[in-house]
Amino acid sequence: MIEVQHLTKRYGPTTAVNDISFTVEKGEVLGFLGPNGAGKTTTMRVLTGYMPATEGKAIVAGYDVFEQPLEAKRRTGYLPETPPLYPEMTVRDYLMFVSRIKGVPRADRKSRVQDVMERTRVADMAERHCGKLSKGYRQRVGLAQAIIHNPEVLILDEPTAGLDPKQIIETRRLIKELGGDHTIILSTHILPEVSQTCQRVVIINKGHVVAVDTPDNLTARLRGSETMYMQIEAPSSANVKGALESIPGVSSVSVPDMRGPIATFEVNSGAGQDVRRQLASAVVSSGWGLLELRPLRMSLEEIFLHLTTEDTAQQPVVEEAVHE
Amino acid sequence: MNNIVAIAQKELKSYFASPIAYIVIGFSAILFGWFFINLLYYFDRMAMQAAGGMGGPQAVNVNETLIAPLFMNVSVILLFTLPLITMRTYSEEKRSGTIELLLTSPLTDAQIVLGKFFGCLILYAAMLGVTVVHMGILFAFGNPEWRPVLTGYLGLLLMGGCFLSMGLFISSLTKNQIVAGMITFAVFLMFWVINWISSFTSPTTQAVLNYLSITEHLNDFTRGVLDTKHLVYYVSFIAFSLFLTVRSVDSERWRG
Ligand SMILES: Nc1ncnc2c1ncn2[C@@H]1O[C@H](COP(=O)(O)OP(=O)(O)OP(=O)(O)O)[C@@H](O)[C@H]1O
Ligand SMILES: [Mg+2]
Repeated sequence: MIEVQHLTKRYGPTTAVNDISFTVEKGEVLGFLGPNGAGKTTTMRVLTGYMPATEGKAIVAGYDVFEQPLEAKRRTGYLPETPPLYPEMTVRDYLMFVSRIKGVPRADRKSRVQDVMERTRVADMAERHCGKLSKGYRQRVGLAQAIIHNPEVLILDEPTAGLDPKQIIETRRLIKELGGDHTIILSTHILPEVSQTCQRVVIINKGHVVAVDTPDNLTARLRGSETMYMQIEAPSSANVKGALESIPGVSSVSVPDMRGPIATFEVNSGAGQDVRRQLASAVVSSGWGLLELRPLRMSLEEIFLHLTTEDTAQQPVVEEAVHE
Repeated sequence: MNNIVAIAQKELKSYFASPIAYIVIGFSAILFGWFFINLLYYFDRMAMQAAGGMGGPQAVNVNETLIAPLFMNVSVILLFTLPLITMRTYSEEKRSGTIELLLTSPLTDAQIVLGKFFGCLILYAAMLGVTVVHMGILFAFGNPEWRPVLTGYLGLLLMGGCFLSMGLFISSLTKNQIVAGMITFAVFLMFWVINWISSFTSPTTQAVLNYLSITEHLNDFTRGVLDTKHLVYYVSFIAFSLFLTVRSVDSERWRG
């Protein structure tokens, strides 16, 4: 549904987006994640036909955005970073105008406008001037504007920015609802949002794609090794550490908390090696109390920081992720 | 076509939702009224002189002595009001980010530019509409010829179109509407005074400068003469400026 091939965008001397490629399947919700200045907005602007790429190709809803821009635009809804509202128009007039330039047939416009106002919860502000709306309502009207022509593809630049917690939940629900028959790309800095709404994540940093995967896979594999979190009750935590280290497959054991009789251990093993059984039996056969044993996954926050911070070895991750 | 109308209507609505439309129309009504009264006194004096003159009664033509100079004076009004109309067209859309909506909608650049141009032109026509009242007075109390009045209005519309299209182009160059307005004013002034300079130069330069001067081409219109030379000048001037605007919007995309 969306295909991005070797896309590069330079603003004069600065390269905002550098040779990125990814695809989004029909009905999929793709999260676009990256720190400030990563190139999210720039990529989205290229995909929506707002600006051409310096190099590369983008196909949206079956149409090349550079070759057949009108066809692609007809099938794309876009919520820019700042909702594009005309302050002097009322919400209803504004949506009527947008529906008109997006090509909604005249007979359907009124009902479409009413429908999207209800879906995005702005119906109570229908007669208010856009310039007098609060930030959250602007964002919602922006979203209403993006879905007004029922586009196949939705591109949402930080759709939940500026919303209150209740509205964030509702917007995420709306996005999930829209996914399925719409193909969606959304950008965000909020990591839980990605795991809640997106089937796949593209993490970009400084214009490069650093990872493409499902949120679950990312959390599972990006450590490069597996870590088990254990809580063990034993007279001497040094003995326990030694015992655990001697298990084949275990590469290292750290003891973040060893005060008192109950100590916590973090056991690292090679990637893909499941040592849970061996760990459990080693503890039990020594007569210690095994209070807790669970895989320690990197949270999305950690992954995000890991991938987008300079001094980490991100090369293997790129290899693995991009070659899928 | 529907898209052009949609954009033009949107532009017009926003003019009338803001004070700009009222300022522009009010200001031009006052200035026009001022010129009208002054020329009316002048005309009255001329008519009296002619009536009591030594050479015997010689009718003073209303069209030549009153209406034609009045039309020529309108260019002064345009100098001040038209930059107000065009300065926000693109600048404001760029500043507020609404340009992102227009450029990602299934519209061509030409449709957007034409929509904006016609929005401006209709507001300008409304501004000229006020002066129909003054003309009505002349027709009620005198009997001027119809033809120079009609061609005069056509000329004014075309001349205004030139200024508007140029203003549109300048607005497409900057995010700042005040800057756009000031540059537009400066450029208008240049086109306006260009034929003053021409009188100090050699005949060939003079001819070229006169040809370039937007106001110079209005002369014949106010006298009831429809010369294709002037029509071609105005229409191609407008077309060229609008073309430049489309190019400017497009190149802005490439630069980002
Ligand atoms: N119009 C522009 N002219 C020049 N440079 C630009 C322009 N827009 C963006 N950039 C640069 O391109 C890079 C990517 O910016 P972009 O807006 O795409 O980042 P982003 O991922 O959307 O960031 P954020 O999370 O802050 O919204 C940045 O270094 C930015 O400074
Ligand atoms: Mg951004």
